[in-house]
Amino acid sequence: MIIISAIFVNNIVLAKFLGVCPFMGVSTRLSTSVGMTGAVTFVMVIATTVTYLIQNYILVPYGIEFMQTITFILVIAFLVQLVEIVLKKVSPPLYQALGIFLPLITTNCAVLGVAILVVQNKDFGLIEAVVFSAANAVGFGIALATFAGLREQMELSDVPEGMKGIPIAFVTAGLLALAFMGFSGVA
Amino acid sequence: MSKTKTSKKTIFTRGFIKENAVFVMLLGLCPVLGTTSSAINGMGMGIATLFVLVLSNMVVSLAKGFIPDKVRIPAFIVIIASFVTIIQLLMQAYTPALYEALGIFIPLIVVNCLILGRAEAFASKNSFLDSLLDGLGMGLGFTIALTILGAFREILGSNSIFGFRFLEGDGMLVFVLAPGGFIGLGYIISVFNRYTKKIRS
Repeated sequence: MIIISAIFVNNIVLAKFLGVCPFMGVSTRLSTSVGMTGAVTFVMVIATTVTYLIQNYILVPYGIEFMQTITFILVIAFLVQLVEIVLKKVSPPLYQALGIFLPLITTNCAVLGVAILVVQNKDFGLIEAVVFSAANAVGFGIALATFAGLREQMELSDVPEGMKGIPIAFVTAGLLALAFMGFSGVA
Repeated sequence: MSKTKTSKKTIFTRGFIKENAVFVMLLGLCPVLGTTSSAINGMGMGIATLFVLVLSNMVVSLAKGFIPDKVRIPAFIVIIASFVTIIQLLMQAYTPALYEALGIFIPLIVVNCLILGRAEAFASKNSFLDSLLDGLGMGLGFTIALTILGAFREILGSNSIFGFRFLEGDGMLVFVLAPGGFIGLGYIISVFNRYTKKIRS
């Protein structure tokens, strides 16, 4: 249930507007959007797990929840660096593929957004938190890949002068979001 | 930035149209789309961002001398996150309704690329006063953009403006929901491009 809801009904990009910047930025080619999705999935799952533990075992017991924003963003920035270094050593091919996307993730609001959504939802245990973040990453990937495919097609079509480039991309994204709203009957 | 010294007036006003954060540079899109379901929400978000942007620009430009180059990004993020926490607590105390409406997007001001972008591209290289003006100009441009988009979606979506209803009945609900945000922004940008071509070139 959590999975379907997070992937389709409450799709993180098209329904919650998180991670729109990379959504618009890297979705011009299908291959780059796949790379970005890989990097985001990686960081999002790890970041959510770590921030969940920090929230429940450090911030809440000491009553310093107001430090949440600062702590979480530091954890994410730190994790991104760590993932970058580890990948470089352990799996150079993967690093080659994801490398350029990793620094961008620190300012991807989807990662911080999911981390905050998870700790705000009181019913989530650790397992739910991990599942939720993974499902959101998949949703991000689906939205990104679909949109990249659409944009590749769009380059061939005849667009009115004023709508060229960014405006038509937004309208397309709107229509895609409209299509995803159709899933709300599922869950 | 540019090699010739730009005047104070240019620094202040270029954020409005020439380098408008939303319509031209496409920075900080998540809050732009996520919070503009009504004009007042858009404006609230814009002002919160303006506040953080001006203060972080000021502090970054003051601190630029003793932040080592290698750790500058984490340092900027900590500065920004501190101000976001401050405004989060202030809004929770004084504007609880707006705080509820904006929800998760308030902590997400931290990762608004606009703020980090200005800190990195402008405030870390320019004087205190210039950074202050730049923050004000960019922030105002951002606020205006959010208010326009919010008003557009509110007028079409719920037949009202700033909460005042001018027509009976329901509007086109789709403009308040997610798809309307994308479509609305797309059309506004196309109109914006059309009419500001001369000023921008």
